[in-house]
Order: sequence, then structure tokens, then C-alpha cells
Amino acid sequence: MPATAETADQVQSIEGEKYKYGFITEIESDMAPKGLSEDIVRFISAKKNEPEWLLDWRLKAYRRWLEMPEPKWAKVDFPPIDYQQYHYYSAPKSQEDGPQSLEDVDPELLATYEKLGIPIREQEMLAGVQNVAVDYVFDSVSVATTFKKKLEAAGVIFCPISEALERCPDLVRKYLGTVVPMADNKHSCLNSAVFTDGSFVYIPPGVKCPMELSTYFRINEQNTGQFERTLIIADKGSYVSYLEGCTAPMRDENQLHAAVVELIALDDAEIKYSTVQNWYPGDADGKGGIYNFVTKRGACRGKNSKISWTQVETGSAITWKYPSCILQGDNSVGEFYSIAITNNAQQADTGTKMIHIGKNTTSRIISKGISAGKSDQTYRGLVKISAKAEGARNYTQCDSLLIGDKCGAHTVPYIESRNKAAIVEHEATTSTISEDQLFYLRQRGIPQEAAVALVVNGFCREVLQQLPMEFAVEAQKLVGISLEGSVG
Amino acid sequence: MSILPFIEGEPIAGRQLIGQDLAWLTTRRQAGIERFQKTGLPTQKLESWKYTRLRPLDDTRYLPVDAGGTDISIDTVPSVGDVAARLVFVNGRLRADLSDISELPEGVRFDTLENVLAEDPLWVEANMGSVAKDADQAMLALNDAMMDSGFVLHVQKGKALTKPVEVVFIGGLTDQAIAYFPRNLIVLEEASQATLVKHHVGHGRAEYFANSVSEIAVGDAANFKHYKVQAESIHATHVATVHTRIGRDANYEGFGLSIGGLLSRTETNITLAGQGANAGLHGAYMMRGNEHCDNTSYIDMAVPNTTCNQVFKGVLDDASRGVFQGKIHVARDAQKADGRMLNKTLLLSNDAEIDSKPELEIYADDVQCAHGMTTGQLDTTALFYLRSRGIPEALARNMLVQSFLGDALEEISDENVREVFLDRVVHWLPAHCFLAGEWKESA
Amino acid sequence: MLEIKDLHATVGGTEILKGLHLVVEPGEVHAIMGPNGSGKSTLSYVLAGREGYDVTGGRIIYNGEDLTNLEPEERAAKGIFLAFQYPVEIPGVPNSTFLNEALNAVRRYRGEEEMDKIEFIKMLRAKTKELSMSDEMLKRAVNVGFSGGEKKRNEVLQMAILEPTLAILDETDSGLDIDALKIVADGVNALRSPERSSLVITHYQRLLDYIVPDKVHILAKGRIQHTGGKELAHELEAKGYADFVGEAA
Repeated sequence: MPATAETADQVQSIEGEKYKYGFITEIESDMAPKGLSEDIVRFISAKKNEPEWLLDWRLKAYRRWLEMPEPKWAKVDFPPIDYQQYHYYSAPKSQEDGPQSLEDVDPELLATYEKLGIPIREQEMLAGVQNVAVDYVFDSVSVATTFKKKLEAAGVIFCPISEALERCPDLVRKYLGTVVPMADNKHSCLNSAVFTDGSFVYIPPGVKCPMELSTYFRINEQNTGQFERTLIIADKGSYVSYLEGCTAPMRDENQLHAAVVELIALDDAEIKYSTVQNWYPGDADGKGGIYNFVTKRGACRGKNSKISWTQVETGSAITWKYPSCILQGDNSVGEFYSIAITNNAQQADTGTKMIHIGKNTTSRIISKGISAGKSDQTYRGLVKISAKAEGARNYTQCDSLLIGDKCGAHTVPYIESRNKAAIVEHEATTSTISEDQLFYLRQRGIPQEAAVALVVNGFCREVLQQLPMEFAVEAQKLVGISLEGSVG
Repeated sequence: MSILPFIEGEPIAGRQLIGQDLAWLTTRRQAGIERFQKTGLPTQKLESWKYTRLRPLDDTRYLPVDAGGTDISIDTVPSVGDVAARLVFVNGRLRADLSDISELPEGVRFDTLENVLAEDPLWVEANMGSVAKDADQAMLALNDAMMDSGFVLHVQKGKALTKPVEVVFIGGLTDQAIAYFPRNLIVLEEASQATLVKHHVGHGRAEYFANSVSEIAVGDAANFKHYKVQAESIHATHVATVHTRIGRDANYEGFGLSIGGLLSRTETNITLAGQGANAGLHGAYMMRGNEHCDNTSYIDMAVPNTTCNQVFKGVLDDASRGVFQGKIHVARDAQKADGRMLNKTLLLSNDAEIDSKPELEIYADDVQCAHGMTTGQLDTTALFYLRSRGIPEALARNMLVQSFLGDALEEISDENVREVFLDRVVHWLPAHCFLAGEWKESA
Repeated sequence: MLEIKDLHATVGGTEILKGLHLVVEPGEVHAIMGPNGSGKSTLSYVLAGREGYDVTGGRIIYNGEDLTNLEPEERAAKGIFLAFQYPVEIPGVPNSTFLNEALNAVRRYRGEEEMDKIEFIKMLRAKTKELSMSDEMLKRAVNVGFSGGEKKRNEVLQMAILEPTLAILDETDSGLDIDALKIVADGVNALRSPERSSLVITHYQRLLDYIVPDKVHILAKGRIQHTGGKELAHELEAKGYADFVGEAA
């Protein structure tokens, strides 16, 4: 994902600055042995110099994890995961590891970068090319520093969780695990035991975060976290927009990704969380792709608070995620906008849960699923209105677009309402791209692939409009690329 | 000590069972017991039973019905009026005095399962278990084991019944808790036509448990209308499992009105097995008190060019609970399928609950499928409008409820049946506003 | 410019065009009239290259090039435009976006530079105004919620923007009242030029009062049965098809 225009300018003004970041704990370049055990958990905690309470928390999670069964109700099929085959801790990639120039990089990967319009410099960064020209230090660490200064001026804390544990441990302790309890599900449990890093964001009362925060600028993000843990707290009356992910296809030797994201919005606060995910989906048969099992939940704790999830999911061999909102505060609002595209042999079981607890809460769900190839995709949603949720309102629209006769699109909504004044409206439709539509566009000179992309983008328009602009433009391109070869 | 924990005594040995001389039936019963014992009663861990717990079967032990307990005086037997024939069962036993199958047209067999087992066991053997053959449901296994009543409707090729046939199951009016297990077989041969109306009613204070299974085969180009009123007593547990197969160019129209029972669950499985097949599966549910009503359905659009449509509307008052689980499955090559589903519920109190899961599972791309679900309360603006025109609140509420459900009842194509059902709806409404009748005429 | 020689075409296994001959010179407007089922729409789809409409014999030569094996978008790039009888809806895609994509796609095909965004919007607005259409239409999704008349006007707007050399109008007048008809006809007439030809396919003579043809052809039973000047259309109106088509039409 290229930087926003603003950031690019900033970057250009940095010339040959070296950055020393005192907070990073010196990490020896070694790796924990393969496998998962209590010792590994201790090892991780020790490496990160964590306080006692966090080690205890991790151990508790690990022990619970041992007892929990794998969730089996999702409509996804995969061979059992061998948890013992992974390294649960490894140092950031060293300088000698990466390709020496773009010529060493997989040409297919480069072709995709071109199509997405990613500038050369960023291609190098994304591909991990080493020894980038010294006079143009495109160093994520440096860039992050510049932003850090601006953020600090506003009182915003945006740093890795490991750093947050040193800067503001009380805040972390107060909120960690309060939205997604460790034993929520097997994957979040594993994450609680072995998470290695992730973002911590705190926006003080009344502050509108001066820029969009992005994982792009997180320190050490070169080592794309398998078990990322993100915690965002928006204090009273604050606002933050957070961008996660990348349109560029991301490969990783680690097949299993089990992240946890917790969002907390206090009175009158708003959190906008956008994700564009294009993890490696595997080959045409789905082999070798990434398993993306994420637990994301937002708690609208305060009155008039608001949390919006916007996601464009096009990658991964298997996606399993349900960004959810717990609408506790009166008048709180939860939103979920999603585009999920599956092609070839991908599988996705994704959706949302909106739990209405406070009074006059509102939730809005717009889900657009596109299946092509031999893929299988399920929308799974829960709208739950508790007895005391007076005046709750929900509107859900799930639409599926099927391309080709070998794929599947399924909708499994659960609606549970215990309040008579609550209004729930749910609609779902299924359709395909008609021959008529394609012929119409082609007769106007638009080639077949572009025509498919145009129709699909039209189908997804409502969701694309929710994304911050730069993300939206790339997401549109990504939509087109993801469906290459699916029609005709 | 019993094999089935909630049934008193041995289910098979030492009992007078229908068709007990037939070896194949005894084998079926035995197989049913074995299957049932493996799983026991369905629990909430099963996805399909997630929202319904068979609690009365935890707490109560039921006597299977033997002779006696059926010589009860029945004042009125519900009926839709002008019917071709009628069968009435009380606690699972035929009441010949209240039944009449003397004027059936040629080519139509409509009789008790017991009689048909005696007269034409080969036919029953050939047809029983044929539509439900791959089903793996505990309640079906239980019925296989315990079936003790029920009817057969068999219409031969090309024959048409111009008037409906009617079956009434009356339960209750005993001193102890009893259970009965109707097994119904409906076979419409090619190009035949029939309308069936079933009433399930209960009286008295005793608890009872009715577990019925219906197998319906609608032949190519045949036309079947299937109407049911479930008005069991408030001490009753009613579980019905229906398996239907619809042939090429055949048409099925089903409507279930649920207005009674402490706990009721109707699970309908429909397979659209031939091109051009169409199924309409509709219902209305009205619950109060602590009643629990579960309508679960699974429609398999298995071949190309089939259509289905579902409209389910409900009204829930007091602390009642409604469950709607509708799943439409479009098979891989079932192109040009058109499937629609709509579920709307009005909650009249804050203790009522609706759990709805309208599901689509689609493997073909050239299809049109849609579902909609809403829940809410009576439109306060409409209510005010009516009252501002002088209509008392109680009547105004009833008019709105009636108009809300009226839509669903429009799906009943038989006018006479629709009128009768609408009447039941009106009589369920609180304060028995008979003024509604006058209003209907004048409006 | 356009030469159709002994064209045979089948749709779904049935032969609809049974040896059609037609020659259209640059700058000419030809009207094609015929009873229902005569093959009018089939002709337009075959010219535009729609899948499912198979040429089983004969040739279509456009500006010296044989079109028969070209894809629809390639024919569009060569200047062929089909105004549909029932324009389809494309939800979520704004009209302006669609037109921009189409224009640039054709330019790319021809090796030309894409039009600058701002220039495009200006041009779009100007042409929209000429056609007495409001800017609103440009923001709405293609044909979604458009009335019959609006859809036809949208077709004409597209024609004005894409500037084809051969415009095929497939029953453009169906479903229109006189006022809408006039606007559409004005739009088509404004595009008349020595380099541009049109095939106006219509069932009724009425449209031809506004878009005056150079030649009128009567298409029936898969072939052109008669050709004449614009008076032929009036004759047809007066006498009906039966007279012209020989045995029962």
C-alpha cells in the first residue's frame, strides 16, 4: 500500500538521517526452536522483558489453549494444523537475507506491483530489497519517527505493544483482554499466549488524531507478525482512523496468522478501522496459502460512541474472521462494510456480530461477497438484540455475486431479538454477472476483463466508498486483479 | 425401566402395535430404536436444534397410548366445512364415529395407516421410508420405532380430488401424560391433484407429546396443497417432521398455522427433484405465554429450473419465543433456480424473543435467490391513525396484527381454507374483537 | 463502408438470417424495417459480435476488413456502435465512469492517448447539455432506475461521446412518446456526417419522419425482400407487411 501523498512528501524531505531508537530492546539474532510449550512462552516473554503480570497472563492462556477444541462450525475445510511445526519467536530479518535488487524478486510479484501502480521505491521496500540507495533512505523507522513527533504533539500514543508496556503499562493492563477475553476461541487463546507484537494506540480525550495511522509505519513491521495483537483506545470525544494491511500480495513463510484486534471507544469517541488484505492465497489448488484466522472486536463502551469496520479481503487460502461490535453505550453505532473476493480454491467464512445492549443503538452491515473459480465463501452474521436494548435498529444487506458455475456463495445470518421496539431489517440477494451486462460494456469498447472489473466494482461501490480515499483507489485495482481469468 | 427414558415401559415388546404381524415393519421399528439410542434426543449442541430445547421431555414421562383413554366425548371437531372425507384420531386412535371416508371418488385411497397395513401391506412397504430414506434425524428414528397412528392418502395417476380431505388429531383429555406417534404417507401419482387439511388440537389439562412424521411424494405434473393448523393445548409438545419430494413440473403449496402448544417444532425437508418443480412453503405463527414455536425448513433445489418461495410471518406476545430457520440449498448444476424467502415477526412484548436464521447455500451461478427478514413492533403511526379515526386501541392493535398476518395468509390459494384460517387468526387475538368481522365487511 | 454478403446466421440452433445482402456507403442512413421475428435484432447482434449468434455463411466487411472473427470490443474500437433496444442496468457504476472507461479503452486500442480527466468532464457536460439531459444522469448508475425514454437518451449520449462511424439503432423508438422521440432523433441527426453511416432498425414508419433515410429495406424471413427510397416506408405503413413479404409474413 503506497503511502498517502502527505507521507510521500515527508519521506522525500528526509535525507540520509540515521535513526536511533532507544526503546527497542536489543534482540539477539536467534530463533526459538520449533514448537510450542510453556518454555517457549516464557522465552518470548523474557525476550521482550515483559512484566510478571503479562507472563502470568500468557501462561494462563497457553494452559487454556491446551484444553480447547478447534472450532469446527465454519464452512472451511483444511488439514489439521500442526502447531508444533512453527517457530513462535524469530528475530527481525537481517540485512543479508533479502534480495539484492528488484531483479532478484519474483517477476510475478513485480507484475502485480506494476498493476497496482506501486512506485519502484516502495516495491523495493515491500520485496525486502537490501542496500537501497543511501541518499534516499526509505526507512520505515525514520518515517515513523517524523510521524511520532506530530503525534506526540497531539498526545497520541502509537507504538508497538512492547514499547507501550514500558511507556504506559497501566493503560495496557487496564484494557488488554477486556474486549477479546483470552479464552474467547482457540485462535485468540493461542494469540494471547504467544503474540509477539502489534500496535498500541491511545488517543487522549477530545483529540482528533491528526493523520491516518497505518501499520505501514509501525516499527519492525518488516517481520510481518504471525500473531499480532492490536489494542486501540479512543478516549472521550476522540477520533482515529486506522489502516491495516496492504494491497500488495504479501508472502510469508509462516502459514498461520492468528491476530487479535481490540478496539475501545469511550463516550463520544469514534474509531474507524480499515483493512485491505491480500495475503498469499496459495497456488491454483490453494496449496501453500496463508490461513488467516483473526479475532477482531470493538467495544462501544461510551455513550454516542462509534466503531466502523471496513474490509477488503482478497487473499489468503482460508479466511476466518468476524469483526464485531458490542454496542454497550447508549446511542452507540456499529458498522461493518465488507468486500470478500475468493477465486481459484480459496475459502472464506467471514462476517460480523453486532450485539445491541444499550439504548437506541444502531448497527449497519453491508457485505458484498464475490466468488469465482472453485472457491467457497460464506457470510456468517449475528445480530443480537438484548431485552433492554430499547430502540435498537439494525440494517443488513448481504449480496453475493457468483462468477462461474464451480464456486459457492452462502449466507448464514442469525438474528436474535428480545426487544419489541427493536427494528431489524435483513436482506440478501444472490446474482451473477449477466451476459447482457458484459456484452453491453464490450460493445462500448471495454475489453472483457475490464468489463468484469467494472461490474464488480459497481457491485462493491457502497463498501469502497467507506474506505479512506487512497486505500479505495488501490482496492478498486485490487478487485480487478483478483478476478483475472475468472470469466470466459 | 425403558429404553427410551421419557417413555414409560417397553416401547415394542408386549405392546399392541399397528402392523405387528409384518416382519418388515418390526425390523424398521427395531432399527429405529437402535438409531435413536445412538444419539438420544436432539440437544442444543446440534446446529439445527440450537434454539429449541425439548425441555418437557426432560421432565415428564409419557405413557404410550394403548386402547382406552379415547372414549371421550368430543363436542366439536374442527373442520373446514365441505370436505370429501375426514379421519379423526383421539390420542392416536381412530374414532370411527367421527370419521367418514365413504364418499371418496375412484382412484383415491384415504384411510388410516393401520387399515392400509392390513389391506395392502406391500404398498406400504414399498412407500414407507422412500422419501425420507437418507434422513438422519433422531425424531424420525423415534417415529420409526413407535408409530401407532396416522393416515395414508394415495391418489392414482391423473385422478383429482375436487374437495379437500381432512384429518384431525385430538390430544389430551386424559388423566396421565400420554404420547402418540402418527406416521402419514401421502403419494400423489403423475398428474394427480389433491388438497389435504390437517388439524392438530388439544384439550384438557394433561400433558401430551405428539411426534409425527409425514412422507410426501408429489409425482410429475401433480398438484398438492397441504394445509395444517397446529392448535395443541398449552400442555402439549408437538414435533412434526415432514419429508417431501416434488417431481418434474409438479407443484406443492404448503401452509402451516401455529397457534398452540407449549413447545412445537415443525421441520420440513423439501427436495425439488425434477425440472419445473415449484414449492411454496408458508406459515404464520402466533404465540403467547411461555410458548415456543420452531419452524425449521430445508429446501434442496437439486436440478435446474426449479422455483421456491417462502413467506413466514409471526406475532409473539408475553414471554413466548419464535424460531425460524430456513435454508435454501442450490446444487452445483441447478442453474436458473429462483428461490425466495421472507420472514417477518412482530414482537408485542419485551419478554418475547425471535431467533431467525434465513440461510442460503448456493453452488450454481445463474440463479436468482433472495431472502429478507425483519422484526419490529406494531407501527405506532398506523396505530395512532386508526385511533384518531375513532377505533378503540384494542381493536386497532388487532386490525394491525390481522393485516400483518393477512399477507402470509394470501399465500393460501384455496379460498375456503384461507377464510377458515383467517378466522382462527382473528380468534387468537386478545379481547376477541368480533367487531373485526364487521370491520372486514365494511372496509 | 459496410458490405454484407450472403449472410447466414443461427441463434440457438435455428437459422434466422438466410442469405442477407446489404451495402452501406459512408454518410448514408439506411432504414431496416420488418415484421416481428424477421431477424432485425439478430442482424444488429451479429454485426456487434454477440456470443450465441453464430455466422454460418457469408461475410461482413467493414472498411475493407472482415469482421467475422473480431470480439465485440474490437469492433467497437473500429467504430461500430449498437444502440440497444433494451439497455441493461449496471448497478453501482456511475454513467460518467462508464463513459470514461469506454472512451479510453477505444483510444488505447487505437494506440492513442487517453483523454485527460478534466477535458473529459467538460466534453461530457457539453454534450449532455446539447441533448437536453441533466448532469444528474451522469452521476446515476448506468440505466438504473431510468425510464424508457431516459435509457434511449443515454444511448444517444453515448453515441455522441464515442463518435462511431457505423451506428446501429435497434428499435430506438420503441416505448417512446413523441417528445422523447424528437430529442433522440435530434441527437442522431446532429451526428450525421459524410464519414458516418447509420442503420436504423425500426418497426414503425414514424421515426423515419425525423431521421430521414436514404434507403429503406424490408427484412423478412431472414432476407432483405425489398429496397427502396424513403417513400417505401410510407407505402409499407399504408399497406402493411403482408403485401411486401409475399406469403404469410
